[in-house]
Amino acid sequence: MTYIPISPQERDAMLAEIGVNSLDALFQAIPAEHRFPSLKLPAALTEMEAASLLDEIAKSNENLRGDLISFLGAGMYNHYTPAVVDHVLRRGEFYTAYTPYQPEISQGTLQGIFEYQSLMTALTGMELSNASHYDGATAAAEAVNMAFANFRGKRRKILVSGAVHPQYREVIRTYTQGMDLTLTGDQPQADLPQDLLPLIDADTALVIVQYPDFFGRVFDYTGLIETAHSQGTLVCVVTNPTALALLQTPGTMGADIVVGEGQPLGLPMWYGGPSLGFFTTRKQYVHKMAGRLVGETVDSRGEKAYVLTLTAREQHIKREKATSNICSNQGLLALASAVYLSVVGKSGLKQVANLCYQKAHYAAQQLSQIAGVSLLFGQPFFHEFVVRLPKPVAEVNEHLLEHGIVGGYDLGKDYPGMENDMLVAVTEMNTKEEIDMLVEVVQEVLDA
Amino acid sequence: MREPTLFELSSPGRTGVTFPQADVPLFDLPDASLLREDLPLPELAEVDVVRHYMALSKYNYSVDGGFYPLGSCTMKYNPKINEDTCRLPGFVFTHPLQPIETAQGNLLLMYQMQEWLKEISGFAAVTLQPAAGAHGEFTGVLMMRAYHQARKDHKRVKMLIPDAAHGTNPASAGMMGFEVVTIPSDERGNVDLKALAAQCDDTVVGMMLTNPNTLGLFDENLQEVVRLVRDCGGLMYADGANLNALLGIVRPGDLGFDVMHFNLHKTFAVPHGGGGPGSGPVGVSERLADFLPTPLVGILEEANEDVPPLYGFITPPQSIGRMKAFHGHFGGGVVRAYTYIAMHGAEGLKDVSQYAVLNANYLKARLQKTYKVPFDRICMHEFVMEGRFEGTDIRALDISKRLMDYGYHPPTNYFPLIVHEALMIEPTETENKDTLDSFADALLKIAEEAHSNPQIIKTAPHNTPFGRMDEVKAARELVLCCWLPEDYDTSQ
Repeated sequence: MTYIPISPQERDAMLAEIGVNSLDALFQAIPAEHRFPSLKLPAALTEMEAASLLDEIAKSNENLRGDLISFLGAGMYNHYTPAVVDHVLRRGEFYTAYTPYQPEISQGTLQGIFEYQSLMTALTGMELSNASHYDGATAAAEAVNMAFANFRGKRRKILVSGAVHPQYREVIRTYTQGMDLTLTGDQPQADLPQDLLPLIDADTALVIVQYPDFFGRVFDYTGLIETAHSQGTLVCVVTNPTALALLQTPGTMGADIVVGEGQPLGLPMWYGGPSLGFFTTRKQYVHKMAGRLVGETVDSRGEKAYVLTLTAREQHIKREKATSNICSNQGLLALASAVYLSVVGKSGLKQVANLCYQKAHYAAQQLSQIAGVSLLFGQPFFHEFVVRLPKPVAEVNEHLLEHGIVGGYDLGKDYPGMENDMLVAVTEMNTKEEIDMLVEVVQEVLDA
Repeated sequence: MREPTLFELSSPGRTGVTFPQADVPLFDLPDASLLREDLPLPELAEVDVVRHYMALSKYNYSVDGGFYPLGSCTMKYNPKINEDTCRLPGFVFTHPLQPIETAQGNLLLMYQMQEWLKEISGFAAVTLQPAAGAHGEFTGVLMMRAYHQARKDHKRVKMLIPDAAHGTNPASAGMMGFEVVTIPSDERGNVDLKALAAQCDDTVVGMMLTNPNTLGLFDENLQEVVRLVRDCGGLMYADGANLNALLGIVRPGDLGFDVMHFNLHKTFAVPHGGGGPGSGPVGVSERLADFLPTPLVGILEEANEDVPPLYGFITPPQSIGRMKAFHGHFGGGVVRAYTYIAMHGAEGLKDVSQYAVLNANYLKARLQKTYKVPFDRICMHEFVMEGRFEGTDIRALDISKRLMDYGYHPPTNYFPLIVHEALMIEPTETENKDTLDSFADALLKIAEEAHSNPQIIKTAPHNTPFGRMDEVKAARELVLCCWLPEDYDTSQ
């Protein structure tokens, strides 16, 4: 089935207007020996058949909303999304529009992004936000680009804590491989903020830390940031937006750039994407920052309105001199997160954060009462924490899965020597019964 | 009438969606020094939020609302079934790190998608990881660099890019520190072969070519272009932005390209979402396959009579690394595009491109007596004409704004840069003849107005919710959020 609304009679009339006698005649410029290949694809389906096929494929997964109980986080979290969010996203006016290059007929998208920018600055305690990046990891890589550009390439060292999400660190390595800079600190170990201090020097452009860090630990980075600033070094904090409903903002700690994964703000997990990378910074870096920006102005009728602004920074104007080739944002998902934040609002987001905190602490307490199980770190945490088990996580998780439970993340996958350390995430979606069941099955596995 | 912002609508004490009470014993919060004092988010009821976004939605032009002939963007109709399939709970509620045994549906779908895109494009391998076209381009350029580095061929620094290229091409090459060399077009809109040959030496990384190019023309000397670049040891990059012209028509892999990004949000009807998310898988030839980003989806254990194959993630031996967290734009990108391809099959995809080219040529035929089309050839899925008239000061921008009064989204304007006052028109295959005729009539009417009533064009749009914007004010004052930064106390 296709979506072509042209009848054979209309087609023939159009061909006549063009002055050719067949559709095939439009393709004479294509090298004849390669023209019209026969593609080996499955036979076309009707809508009814496609719906049924996709349903079958989706059902062959075990999902985390009914099929399995999950304590998995590590950068993507199982939160509740209010119904309103998807109802707004389903408006064709939003999802079938392009980038708002024509502001007179795109004020819906533009004001939506402007409000998103405002909400993200409110959440992070920063001065400005761009219109979003692909995800948290690429937003962190863009922070490196921005810091590098800020020092015009004269500072060539980037310091990344080993307690930053391993995949974010990988992405930063990939992005910077043509840039002739040194990445330091990027070791698979659970760094403390003080471990980084001796590595900051006058050649360091940027320090990247995570808050709460990959192990769930909450540190006050104020001291680290002051030390970095004393060397003229910028600091980027990778953060979790849900945690910021409760915790001190990185902006208050003095961070220069705050980035993160926006998925917890009402976006689907969708097996990893698409999601949303938020990027916020200080006013003084506005010209160095990549990504789209929406600014307020007035129209010819004197009405307040919004436009894409500072576009001269972008690739279609600056071409090879642009600091980034980015030409999209995660528009619809930025809108989704804004709808989420507005409908849960001040009190709802605090409730979500508080539920995550309380349930995670209950789970941590219960798990650590099992003989041989302990909390690996003593620092405060939000909704994710590490338990050390007397057996490898892989083995424990296998048993948990037999009971319909997806256990926490196996830290041994990224950190040598941490094969017995499980990163457990608990959100508002996890009931006390689920937590008790997790504890019971872990106990059972360890007794066996 | 402007809609107030969320912050202006907010009223202290109002609540929207609430959450249950905690079902666990309560624990102390961390030390107060670690807690924030205030959370300056709006306070609204659910109905306030719905009315707000409904009001905003009415200010948007969209494909669902009308004709959107934005050149190079492929604003085709987005089938509604795709919106349903990508929201199936099996896709929405799966976590990227959950055990692969519990996500075989996702992995099967990704594996088949890789295979289908290989078949459609003629490439040896495909990654679904890149998040958008520009991200796919960056991936491709990283692989080109890695290929030459692996051969210890360190002198290659020149990236050849035609003057008609998308701005992302030079930007991607610039991000790698490559020297961008611009190759002019000849008088038929093809790559100038002489200028190209003069640059082809052992310092060439490769060439980034959009084909059909941004004039909507298929390069008549393509095979010679490919030969010149490959003979000097360079790699051929195809910008897949214009793939909507080529489905079942010709496979870029068969033409000698080494790497190409797909735009699932253009060619395969993933909605553009007001600027994203996109999805930019990349296909490569045999010689680049080992450099693909990690992870790819492969078969870990072959099927036998009793068990289906086990799908899982694999890392190519000389991988450039990871381009983003997790596995690409699966749910909102790959699932929608998979649904689209499954419903079209080989013949349906060929129809897509044939009718996209038919529609573009039909519009061109209707307009080219009135508007100058600089290269008089059969075009592919789009064409470029000049938005200006002898003896008037009407410009492409004015025509674009006036088109809004007639109920249309304007074409892309001022691109490509090599055409004066360019208007780049891409109708796509999902428009009927009546729509194309009405649109052509509007443009012909505007051409008359250019002489009879130029003022009405100069001051357009008149029938839109907002008038022309003061872009200078926006850039000078830089008000980027609902409060001015200096008014906002960051200690709160």
